[in-house]
Amino acid sequence: MPGSMNEPELLHAGLNLGNHPPAMRQQLECSIFGFWVFLMSDAILFALLFAVFGTAIQNTAGAPSPGSAFKISAAGRETFALLSSSFTYGMVSICLKHDASRRWVGLWLAITFCLGAWFLDGEVHDFLKMFHDGVTPQRSAALSAFFVLVGTHGLHVTAGMVWILLMGAQMAVYGIDERVKINFIRLGLFWHFLDLVWVAIFSVVYLRGLLG
Amino acid sequence: MQVAMVSGSLIWHLLLGRFVWADLPIVKAWQDPTFSNIIAGGAAGIAAGGALAGFLLITYLRKWRYLWTQWFTSLDHKRIGIIYICLALVMMTRGLIEAVLMRVQQDLAVNAPGILAPDHFAQFFSTHGTIMIFFVVMPLIAGLINFVMPLQIGARDVAFPLLNSISLWLSVGGAGLVMVSLVIGEFSTGGWSGYPPYTELAFNGGVGPDYWIWAVTMSSMSATLTGINFAVTIYKMRAPGMHWMRMPLFTWTALCTSILMIYAMPPLTVATLLLAADRYFGMHFFTNANGGNMMTYVDLFWLFGHPEVYILILPSFGVYSEVVSTYSGKELYSYVGLVIATMAIAVLSFTVWLHHFFTMGQSADINAFFGIATMLIGIPTGVKIYNWIWTMFMGRVRYTAPMLFSIAFMITFVIGGLSGIVLATPPLDYMMHNTLFLVAHFHNMLIPGTLFGLIAGCQYWFPKAFGFRLIEKWGRISVLFWVLGFYLAFMPLYVLGASGAPRRTVEFYDPAFRPWLLVAMCGAFLIFAGFLCLFMQVWSSVKQREALAVPVGDPWDGRTLEWSVAAPPPEYNFATIPQIGRRDAFYWRKANAGAYRPADHYRDIEIPKNSACGIVFGIAMAFACFGLVWHIWLLAAAFGLITCIAGLARSFMRDLHRILPAAEVEAEDRRWLAIAGAAAPTPRVLEHTPANEGRAICPEV
Repeated sequence: MPGSMNEPELLHAGLNLGNHPPAMRQQLECSIFGFWVFLMSDAILFALLFAVFGTAIQNTAGAPSPGSAFKISAAGRETFALLSSSFTYGMVSICLKHDASRRWVGLWLAITFCLGAWFLDGEVHDFLKMFHDGVTPQRSAALSAFFVLVGTHGLHVTAGMVWILLMGAQMAVYGIDERVKINFIRLGLFWHFLDLVWVAIFSVVYLRGLLG
Repeated sequence: MQVAMVSGSLIWHLLLGRFVWADLPIVKAWQDPTFSNIIAGGAAGIAAGGALAGFLLITYLRKWRYLWTQWFTSLDHKRIGIIYICLALVMMTRGLIEAVLMRVQQDLAVNAPGILAPDHFAQFFSTHGTIMIFFVVMPLIAGLINFVMPLQIGARDVAFPLLNSISLWLSVGGAGLVMVSLVIGEFSTGGWSGYPPYTELAFNGGVGPDYWIWAVTMSSMSATLTGINFAVTIYKMRAPGMHWMRMPLFTWTALCTSILMIYAMPPLTVATLLLAADRYFGMHFFTNANGGNMMTYVDLFWLFGHPEVYILILPSFGVYSEVVSTYSGKELYSYVGLVIATMAIAVLSFTVWLHHFFTMGQSADINAFFGIATMLIGIPTGVKIYNWIWTMFMGRVRYTAPMLFSIAFMITFVIGGLSGIVLATPPLDYMMHNTLFLVAHFHNMLIPGTLFGLIAGCQYWFPKAFGFRLIEKWGRISVLFWVLGFYLAFMPLYVLGASGAPRRTVEFYDPAFRPWLLVAMCGAFLIFAGFLCLFMQVWSSVKQREALAVPVGDPWDGRTLEWSVAAPPPEYNFATIPQIGRRDAFYWRKANAGAYRPADHYRDIEIPKNSACGIVFGIAMAFACFGLVWHIWLLAAAFGLITCIAGLARSFMRDLHRILPAAEVEAEDRRWLAIAGAAAPTPRVLEHTPANEGRAICPEV
């Protein structure tokens, strides 16, 4: 069997899976590695949206530039919410690693969900405010690129929150079995990845936007 | 009265979106019976009638249950691979008919309108390109790799069998959209690359570009997922001892193609979805107004498009490596060189996308950089050609149909490569771009480079998949037609292109073009004849399958692991996972009398249960996209919801595997070993006679 004997013991942060036969270990390894590869593909998608944003930023066509339209205070609050949610998800992973009860995992998961919701709330309000002021993606290429880049991240966060609900439900139904654990680890990768993308968005879109 | 009319049109919009009766080509042909419209109506009739006939035939034969349980819901990589190849053959029939009709049109349309209206002709070249790239070659690649790669690395399946099924049905759904566009509405007229601003609302408000966007998006999602699946399989699921440098070359090319898919498909997804954002939400990424810039689209598209060329071609290079080595009875010459060349091509493929638009306004320095990078690709490719030639050198070459395809490829591909060097030179490209010279060049790469290889691969591994050989005679006739047809169809296009004949043109005005166009048309007919010969080959082989049976599974004296199991292989591929000691593992096992031995110990095998999730997901996605095309928002939302539910429901299932007991595995293995023991080893001269039961004479070391 692959991955046996002379290869190092497979240890993944939070992967508290006990002693499994090699075939099982191989399957688990595939699951996590495959998700990393998927994230790489997703990272390319974001990289391209950043590139599109970079080339379109000057093309305001008489409409307000994104930098003059968004509220940096809202973006700051969103950043706080999302970065904190990464910390709380880290607590989910630590609970899983130390075989904590469902209650603790569930608690941290719920806090993560609330922080995610707070983030989305901030983003949606900021967008609605901009729409209200007549700053819509239809006005210029720069605004199209802004809304699609930030919005795609927002959609990812929404998907992540649906996933959190799903994991909560699965944990309630099945307890913390192998598949639930694997999916907790994948969800963690996804959630932290969105954090990273947000850091890039905050730096490239929001902070740079302040420069005018 | 008026209220009733308003609410009537409201309901119409709710249920049918922007559809009106005149969108049906059959209705259009009835109302305005020009020849072009009659062709469109006839094509719609054939597509709809064909689908209906297939449905009735399966119902009459009572095969729905069999198809559903054994094929549609199967997660077995071998069956998924075979469905992919069937899909490709159906779509290739349409793609080739379109090619022939386009050649006929251009032949007739010298100072005359010909048989196709300009708009209709534009749909022809758009569907032809879209179908051939996304729904013929991509499924052929996914199919061949699916079938062969896990067998070659000693794995029981791919890493994610369900994801594999989802990918398959996304491809089928995308192909379905293209076919539906034949019956309801129309397809894009914007070419396979769909450049804005022409494909934007301002110039093209109809459903055509939307069909293109969603069909291509489904295909690119399918390819991304397939790439991830294959790459993880090769990274993580090789049998013990199958080190990187012991992998068969086809698996190496599968790995490189998968990596390219992971990196190169997202740009296409981004390009098509941003175009959709322009068309559906009135945004301004690629429009002429409000700061939109179509160059962004062109960059994104070719950031995908060039690596795509190598996604298409590398697996064929893998097939050639296997075929040439096997039919020359020799180890591959410079295996390491071939591996390095494959990797080099994969890396370089990301550095050349700009050569698709030298004329679109970059500075000369930038063009020079990309021109040189393009020419560099000729080096590793040349290395490969030499390696194959040296593999044949001093070998006992058997000129089977796959081998003939390989030799035809080597010669023809070099010509295409040379014309590529011409086009890679920016000043020359300024002369040649957008002419038939370019059309000749890329067909010269893709037909011998990709299609010949994939057909050769299908013929080479056919006995492994179905347990009987294909009749050689029809295969060789097919090679003759394909090769002759290729030269006649495309060499004239070089001449025409160099004389200034533009591509994608419905009518020509220079009578000097006529003879060349006539020859090209004859070539197209010959290629079509070659395609029909392939069906004849399968048909007559099926009829004689008893005499052609090779149950032992090694009809060609193969070298790699896939030949070490029965034909067709058991569901779990290997009764026990093999240990690999060196390259060409099976060949050396045969040489050391280690083949066809029972295992010391059999274990229970876990097999994934069938799942309807993949087919539900793919088909529902196709319906949702159909709703988007016609602005039937209700339909799009409903089926979008179904795809989500299919995915969510699956995540709550726990009973996903069944266990095959060790005793059953052992019994089946021993039955096969008894057949192998009773079979007389065949010398190579009797390879194509009924004496070949799939057991080769042990090689001398």
